[in-house]
Amino acid sequence: MVELRIEGLRITQDDFTLVADWALAAGGRVAVIGPSGAGKSTLLNAIAGFFPLTGGRILWDGTRIDTLPAGQRPLSILFQDQNLFPHLTVAQNLGIGLDPALRRVDWQAVDRVLDRVGLTGLGGRRPAQLSGGQQSRAALARALLRARPILLLDEPFAALGPALKSEMLDLVAELAGGALVLMVTHDPNDARHFASQTVLVADGRAEEPQETGDLFAHPPPALAAYLGATYPT
Amino acid sequence: MARRAGALIAAGLAALTLVPVAVVMMQAGGRGVSAPDLAALRFTLVQAALSALASVACAVPLARALARRRFPGRAVLIVMLGAPFLLPVIVAVLGLLAVFGRAGVFNSALRGIGLPEVSIFGLGGVVLAHVFLNMPLATRMLLQGWQAIPAERVRLAESLGFGPRDHWCHIERPMLRAVLPGALLAIFAICLTSFAVVLVLGGGPSATTVELAIWQAIRFEFDLPRAASLAVLQVLACGMAVGVAGLFTSASGFGAGLDRAMDLPAPGGWRRGVDAAVIAMAVLFLAAPMLAVLQRGVPGLLSLPASIWSAALASLIVALLAAPMAVGAALALALGRAQGSRWLEPMAMLPMAGSQLVLGTGLFLIAFPFIAPPRIALPITVLVTAVMALPFAYRILAPQARSLQADYGRLAASLDLRGWAALRLLIIPRLRRPLGFALGLCAALAAGDLGVVALFATEDGVTLPLAISRLMGAYRMTQAAGAALVLVALAFGLFWICDRWGHGGTAD
Amino acid sequence: MKSLYFAAGFLTIAVPAMAETPVLDVLTYDSFVSEWGPGPAIKTAFEAECGCTLRFTPAGDGAALLARLQLEGAKTTADVVVGLDTNLTAAARKTGLFAPHGQTPDLSLPVPFADAEFLPYDWGWFAFVHNKTLEAPKDFKSLAASDLKIVIQDPRSSTPGLGLLMWLKDAYGDEAATIWKDLADNIVTVTPGWSEAYGMFLEGEADLVLSYTTSPAYHLIAEQDDSKTAAVFSEGNYLQVEVMGKLASSDQPELADRFLAFMLSDAAQSILPTTNWMYPAHTPAAGLPEGFETLVQPTRSLLLNADEAEALRAPALDEWRAALAR
Repeated sequence: MVELRIEGLRITQDDFTLVADWALAAGGRVAVIGPSGAGKSTLLNAIAGFFPLTGGRILWDGTRIDTLPAGQRPLSILFQDQNLFPHLTVAQNLGIGLDPALRRVDWQAVDRVLDRVGLTGLGGRRPAQLSGGQQSRAALARALLRARPILLLDEPFAALGPALKSEMLDLVAELAGGALVLMVTHDPNDARHFASQTVLVADGRAEEPQETGDLFAHPPPALAAYLGATYPT
Repeated sequence: MARRAGALIAAGLAALTLVPVAVVMMQAGGRGVSAPDLAALRFTLVQAALSALASVACAVPLARALARRRFPGRAVLIVMLGAPFLLPVIVAVLGLLAVFGRAGVFNSALRGIGLPEVSIFGLGGVVLAHVFLNMPLATRMLLQGWQAIPAERVRLAESLGFGPRDHWCHIERPMLRAVLPGALLAIFAICLTSFAVVLVLGGGPSATTVELAIWQAIRFEFDLPRAASLAVLQVLACGMAVGVAGLFTSASGFGAGLDRAMDLPAPGGWRRGVDAAVIAMAVLFLAAPMLAVLQRGVPGLLSLPASIWSAALASLIVALLAAPMAVGAALALALGRAQGSRWLEPMAMLPMAGSQLVLGTGLFLIAFPFIAPPRIALPITVLVTAVMALPFAYRILAPQARSLQADYGRLAASLDLRGWAALRLLIIPRLRRPLGFALGLCAALAAGDLGVVALFATEDGVTLPLAISRLMGAYRMTQAAGAALVLVALAFGLFWICDRWGHGGTAD
Repeated sequence: MKSLYFAAGFLTIAVPAMAETPVLDVLTYDSFVSEWGPGPAIKTAFEAECGCTLRFTPAGDGAALLARLQLEGAKTTADVVVGLDTNLTAAARKTGLFAPHGQTPDLSLPVPFADAEFLPYDWGWFAFVHNKTLEAPKDFKSLAASDLKIVIQDPRSSTPGLGLLMWLKDAYGDEAATIWKDLADNIVTVTPGWSEAYGMFLEGEADLVLSYTTSPAYHLIAEQDDSKTAAVFSEGNYLQVEVMGKLASSDQPELADRFLAFMLSDAAQSILPTTNWMYPAHTPAAGLPEGFETLVQPTRSLLLNADEAEALRAPALDEWRAALAR
C-alpha cells in the first residue's frame, strides 16, 4: 500500500521539540489540529522541506523524500500567504507549477484548471487584481495542475470568511482526487467537515492519526484542554 | 545555486584583493608602521565617521520628504541625485570651491552682508565635500527602503489611524533599522579610502589619510611592505565597521505585499513646510556646485581636442564591460547572503576598503614577469574597476535580495524554481529597480575611474579620466573642465539609461 | 569572464605585431607623452632619423617614475628613463639600474652640472606664480609676514612640493622649520599634485601658487594672456633640473645613446619650451621661442646636489610635517 511514512521524526529548535512516528495512506484526508505554537505548521514545513530534521526519515511509497530539495518532493504546499508571485499573471503563476522556466507549459491545461476553480478568463490578471477568495483559488489551481500525490495546506484559507473558507474546503475535497491532503486547522468543525482522520499536535508530539469522529468524541486531555468549554460536545 | 556561485565569487574576490596585498607585503625592505601613520589612521577614521554620519543625517529627512511628497520634477530630481557621486573627484572639488571657496559665491555673499568668511579647508571642508559627494547616494539607498514598504503595511497603518509619529515608530523606524547601517557603512568605507578630497581640502599634512600614507610609502620611500601593512590596517578598520554595522542591522520584517501602488501618507501642516524646505535646501546645496561645474565646462567644450572622443569611447567600453560583471557578481553574493551565507557580506565589502594603489601595485608585480603590463591594460582596467564597483552594487542589492528571499524563497523552492529560470522569472523582475540603479552606478563609476590603471597605462590607450588629468597637467584647465563635462555627461547618461530601465519606464 | 577574453583579444589585435625595426622603450611621466606634451613631436622627429620605433610607456607623474622603475627592477624592458629630477637621482642611482651616459653635452643651465649617469634635458626655476596686479613678496619672510594666500603641493606626492622643501632647506638650513611655521597661516591647502594647485590658483582660491617662472609663458604664448607673472625671491629660486638616463639592462644600448644625444640636439630642444613649458637644457641655435624673453629671471639659482637632497629629504619632511600640523 502506498503511504506517507514518518519514521522517528524529530525536530528541534532552541527549546522547541516535536516528535512523530506514524504513516498515512495515499488519498486520505487528514486534519492537523492542536494549540497555537504546538508545531502544526512546523510539521508541514518539515515534510515540505523547509525545516531541517534533527532525526528520523520521511518516506513516500517506500522511498526516502526528506533528502530531496523542496521542489522535487512529491507534494504541493499552500502557505498561509505568499502563494502567488505578484509580478506574474495568474496564468504564469499556474504555469510555473508545470515548468518553472515557463517554456514547456500546456496553456490549455492552465485554462482548463482555471475553469475548474471558477476563475475562467482571469488568467491575464495580476494577483493584486483578484479578491482574496480568487487568490486562494488560483493557488489551489496551481496545486491541482502540479498533480502531486500529496497536498499540504498550511491554513491557506485562514484569512477568508467562514462561508468562503468552507466553499474552498469543498473545492479541495472535490478536486483533490487521489491526493493525500494534510490540512492544518484550528477549527474542529473544519476537521470534522473535511477530514476522515486527524493528527493531534500537542506537548511536543504529533500523535498517531485517529478517526476524526472518535477523536472528538473522546478527546485526550491535551485536546480537551485546547477545545475548552466552548466546544459543544 | 546562488550560494555556490556566491562562494566562488567571494573566493575570487578574496584572491583578487588579498593576493596583491600579500605579494606587495613579501617585497624586500621596509620599516614598520610609524607614529605619523597612526595619526593618519586616527584622522582617517574620524573624517570617515563624521562624513558618514553627516551624509546619512542629511539623507534621512531628504529621502523621507522625497518618498512622501509628489511634485513636478520629482522624478528628474531623484535621477539627478546620482550625479554628484559620479563626478571625478577633482571636478567635484573645483565645483565646491566655486561655491564655498575663498572666491566662491558663498563667501562673497557673507562679505556682502558684512560677515566673516568661512574657510572650506580643514576637517570641515573634507566632511562638506564628502557629504556633497555621498549624501545623494545615501538618499537613493534610503529612498529604496521607503519605496520597498509594502502598500499593505501602509494601508494597515492608515486603518489604525496612525499619525505621522506612529508612522515613524512602527513603519519608518524598523525600515531604517534595516537600511541605515548599510548606507552608513558604505559611505564610511568610501570615505575611508578617500584620497584626493582629503588632500586638496584637508589644508595640510595633519589631514593625512592612510591611503595617502600608502601613496607616500610606495612612491617616495619605495617601502612596499609598509604600504601593504597600511593597506591591511585599512581593511581591518573597514572590517570592524562591517561587523558593527552587522550588529545594528535588523530585518525590517514587513513581509511581502502584492505590488499594489500606494502612496505614503503625506501629512499636511508644518510637516509639509519642513519637507519642502528640506528638498529646497538639498537642491540648492547639490545643484550649486553642479552648476559651477557646468559653467566652467561649457567654454571648454568648444575647444576640445579630437582625442577626447576616442578617450570617451575607451571609457564607454570599460564601463559596458565592467558594470555587468560587477552587478552580476554582486547579485550572486547578495542572493547567497540572503540564503544564509553570512560570510559573503564582509567578502563583498572587502574591495571597498582595499587600497587601490596597493591592489594596482600587486597586480603589476604579479603580471610583470609574464607579460608587458601595457598589453593587458584593458582587461586589467575592466577587472579592477568591476571589483572596485562591486561593493556599491552589493550594498544596493543586499537589502532587497534579503526581502526577496524572505518573501518568496519558500514559494520558489516549493515550485522548484531555481537557476536561470529563477533569475528570469523571479529575481530580475522583482529586483529590477535596485538592479537598474546598481548597473547605472557601476557603469558610471567605471567610466570615471582612473584608479589603478596608471601602472598599466599605454601611450595611446587613454581613457577619459586620464585625458582630463593630462589636459590639467598641460595647463589646459578650460579644456579639462570641458572634458570633465563630457565625462559627467557620459557617466550620467549611462546611469540614467540603466536607472530608467530599472524603473521600467514608470514615473517613479 | 568572457568579456575579459574578448577584451584581451581586442587588445592583441590593436597592438601591431612586432616589426623588424628595432624598438626603443622609453619610460617617462604621463604629461610627457600626452598630445600636448613633447612626446609626439619627439617621437616623429627621432623616428625620422633612427630607423627605429620609439615607444613611450607613461608611468603616472614624475614622482611615480622612480617607484615604477624600482617595481620593475632589473627585469625592466625600458631602455631609457626620461623625467626624474635631481631630488630623486640619488635614489635612482642607488638602484644600480643605470649605466653611464658617457656624453659631454654643452649645457645652458644657470649652475654648473655634471652627472655620470644622468643628463639634463630641461630645467626651470621654481617660483610663486601670481597675477601681475598683485604686489608680490620679495622673499619667504615677507611672504610669511603678509596675509597673502598660497597653494603648494605635497612633497610626498609631487616633485614641485619636494622642490619647495629643498628650496627652503637650501636657503635657510636649520631655520627652515621656523619659516614653515610662519608660512602655515598663508597656506590655503596642500594639493597632491601640481595640476590641482594650479587649477585652484586659476579659480582664484589663492593669490600665489607654487609653479615655475616659465608658467606665465604658457598663458602668454598659448592663450595670449599676459596677466600672469612669477615672483623672484631674494634668497634665490630653487631649480628643477629634469634628467634622463640609460638603463644598464637595455638591449638597444647604441640606440639609447643616440636617443640621449638626440634629446639634447636642437631638434628636440626646440620642442621642449612650448610643450613642457621649461627651459631647454641646451639653448638651440634659433634661441628661445618668442615670449620667453618676457619671463622674470631670478638673480640667484639654488640647487642642492643629488646626495645632499637625498640626505635632507627625510628630516626635512618631518620638519615640514611638524611645522604644518595644526
